[in-house]
Amino acid sequence: MSGLNIIVTVKQVPDTHNISGDAMKEDGTVNRAVLPAIMNPEDLNALEEALKIKDLLGGKITVITMGPPKAVQVLKECLFRGADDVILISDRRFAGADTLATSYALKCAIEKIGGYQLIFCGRQAIDGDTAQVGPQIAEKLGINQLSGIMSVKNVDTSSITVCRQTEYGQQIVRSNFPVLITVTGDANEPRFPSVKKVMAYKDTGRLENEESYDEAYIESENKKIASIKEWNVDDIGADVARCGLGGSPTKVKHIEKVVLTTSGINHIQGSDAGISELIAELKNEHIIG
Amino acid sequence: MSGPVMVFIEQNEGKITDVSLELVSEARLLADKLGACVSGIAIGFELKNELEKPGHYGCDKIHYIEDRRLAHFTSVPYAKCMVNIIKKYEPSIVLYGATTTGRDIAPRIASELGCGLTADCTKLEIGSHKIKNKTYENTLLQIRPAFGGNIVATIVSPESFPSMATVREGVMKIAVPDTSKSVEITDEPCPLHDDDFLTEVIEIIRKEKNCNLKNAKIIVAAGMGASSSESLSNIKELAHVLGGEIGSSRPVVDAGLLEKDHQVGQTGVTVRPNLYIACGISGQIQHRAGMMESKRIIAINSDPDAPIFQIAHYGIVGDINEIIPKMIKAYHAL
Repeated sequence: MSGLNIIVTVKQVPDTHNISGDAMKEDGTVNRAVLPAIMNPEDLNALEEALKIKDLLGGKITVITMGPPKAVQVLKECLFRGADDVILISDRRFAGADTLATSYALKCAIEKIGGYQLIFCGRQAIDGDTAQVGPQIAEKLGINQLSGIMSVKNVDTSSITVCRQTEYGQQIVRSNFPVLITVTGDANEPRFPSVKKVMAYKDTGRLENEESYDEAYIESENKKIASIKEWNVDDIGADVARCGLGGSPTKVKHIEKVVLTTSGINHIQGSDAGISELIAELKNEHIIG
Repeated sequence: MSGPVMVFIEQNEGKITDVSLELVSEARLLADKLGACVSGIAIGFELKNELEKPGHYGCDKIHYIEDRRLAHFTSVPYAKCMVNIIKKYEPSIVLYGATTTGRDIAPRIASELGCGLTADCTKLEIGSHKIKNKTYENTLLQIRPAFGGNIVATIVSPESFPSMATVREGVMKIAVPDTSKSVEITDEPCPLHDDDFLTEVIEIIRKEKNCNLKNAKIIVAAGMGASSSESLSNIKELAHVLGGEIGSSRPVVDAGLLEKDHQVGQTGVTVRPNLYIACGISGQIQHRAGMMESKRIIAINSDPDAPIFQIAHYGIVGDINEIIPKMIKAYHAL
C-alpha cells in the first residue's frame, strides 16, 4: 500500500456572528441563502490533520461536503490547501436533514468512495454545535471513532494514537484502521492556501457552471481536475426515505426569537459616589463579604 | 403507562459525576409528569458502592453492566451496552450529560436506534406535538438555543423511540438528596466480545482544575470588551479582592487569553453565583444561558445597548479600566 486513503468531511456554515433571526424559515429550518457562508472552523483543523499525515506518510485526501451548489466554495478552499480530490453531495432531496439524515447521506458517499483508512471530521459545526454527525457516520459505517481530539501522537500504516481532551484531563488512545476521528480547534493551526494551488484551481467549479469544458480543464501536479464531482441521492445509492426532512426524526416544533425582558435594571453612575453606593449596598445585603 | 425515563450514569475513575445526579433529579420531575419510573444505566468496573447515590436523587432502578474491560470509557463498547439496555427496557426518554463522554456515545446510540437526539438542551418539558392529523401526547420537548443564539428552538422527535437529549453540567438543578431512599440495582449481562474493544487506552492524564466556577459565590467575568492585558489584570485583581473566581465569555477563551476552565455559557460552565460581574461582555444568549440565574448581576460595558444590560440588576456604562479600580477602592474603603 502506498500511503493512506483519508476522507475529510467539511461543512459550509453561516457565519453565526453575523446573522439575525430573519434567517429562519417558517418551517423552522435555516435559510442559508441569505447568510454569509464560511468553512466550518473545526473542519479546517480536520483537514490540517489529514494533510499532516499525508505529508508524513503520503497518500490521498478526498474531501466531501453535503450542501447546496454554493458549498462548492468550501471544497475549493480544500483544494487550495492540498486536498487531492473533492466531491459535492448535493440534491434538493437532502434539504432539511437533521444529523441522522446527514450522517446517512455522508455514509453512503463514503461507502461509494471506499478503500479508506482514516476519516477526519471537525468535532462540531458552529451553526448547530451538536457534534453528532461524526460519531453517527462511524456507527453507520460500523467503524471505531475517537472524538474531540487535541492532537495526533503517532500514526503508522495500520494504526493511529491520539490525545482526547476530557473534563478530567486527557486520554491517550490508540485504534487500528479504519477509524473516524473528530478534531477540535486546539489540535493545530490550519495552513494557509498555497498560492500555486489557488492559481491552479481558482477557476475550478461545478460542471454545469462552466461555459466551456476546455477552459475549465486544469492541469496541476500530474492531476487534472476539470470540474468538481457532484453526486446526488441516486449517485450514492441512498434510500430517499432516509434523506432530508423526511429522514429526520427530530422536528423543530417551535422557534422563538430571543427577546430579552428587562428585569428593572438599576443604572449606576460610573462616578466614585455611584460606585461606593453600589459596593455598600452589596455589602449590606451580604452579597460580598 | 409510559416507558421509563432513563439516565446514563456517567462515572469517572469509579465516581458518579455531578451531571448524572443533576439529570436523575430532572428525570424524576419528567417521570412524575408521565407517571413513569426513573432508571439509570451504569457501566464500568467495581462501581457497586457508588450506585446507591442516584437513588438519593430520585432514581428507582439501576441497570448495571460490570466488566473489567469497561473500567475506562471507550466508544464502541459503551454504546453497545447502552443500545442493549435501551432495546431491552424500551424507555420513552434517555438523558446524557453533554460531557466529552456523553457527546461521544449519544449520537452513536441514536444512529443505531434511528431515534432523535438533541444536543445541549437548556430546558426539558413534557408536552404534545401535532404532525399532520396525529397528535402525540406526553412527548419530550427539547429546548435549546440555536443558530448562534439568535433563536431558541423547541425540538421534538415523537415518531421515533426513545427521545434522547444531552444536557450540560450545571444546567439542571440538583435535588436535595434523601439518603433514606433506596434504589433497586439489577446486574445486566455484558453483551461484548473482545473484538468490540477497538480502542486501546494507553494513558489517562489527570489535570487538576485551576478554577472552580461551579461552586464560586462571586465571579468576575471578562468579555472581548475587557480583553486587553490592562483590563484582564484589573479583572483578576477585582476577583482576588472580592474572593471570587475569574469567568470568561467564549471569544476570550477562543482567543487564548484565558483557559477553557474559565468559560461560562452554553458550551462552558453554567453558574449560579451570588454575584456575577460581567465586564465587557456583550451578552450573547450562549453566555447568558450560563449565568442568568446568578442572584445579582452587575454589567459593565462601554456600549449602552449591549444585551447584557437587559438581564443585569445593576448596569454601569463606562470604561472597565476606570470602573474596576473605583470598585476596588470603594471596597477597601468600607
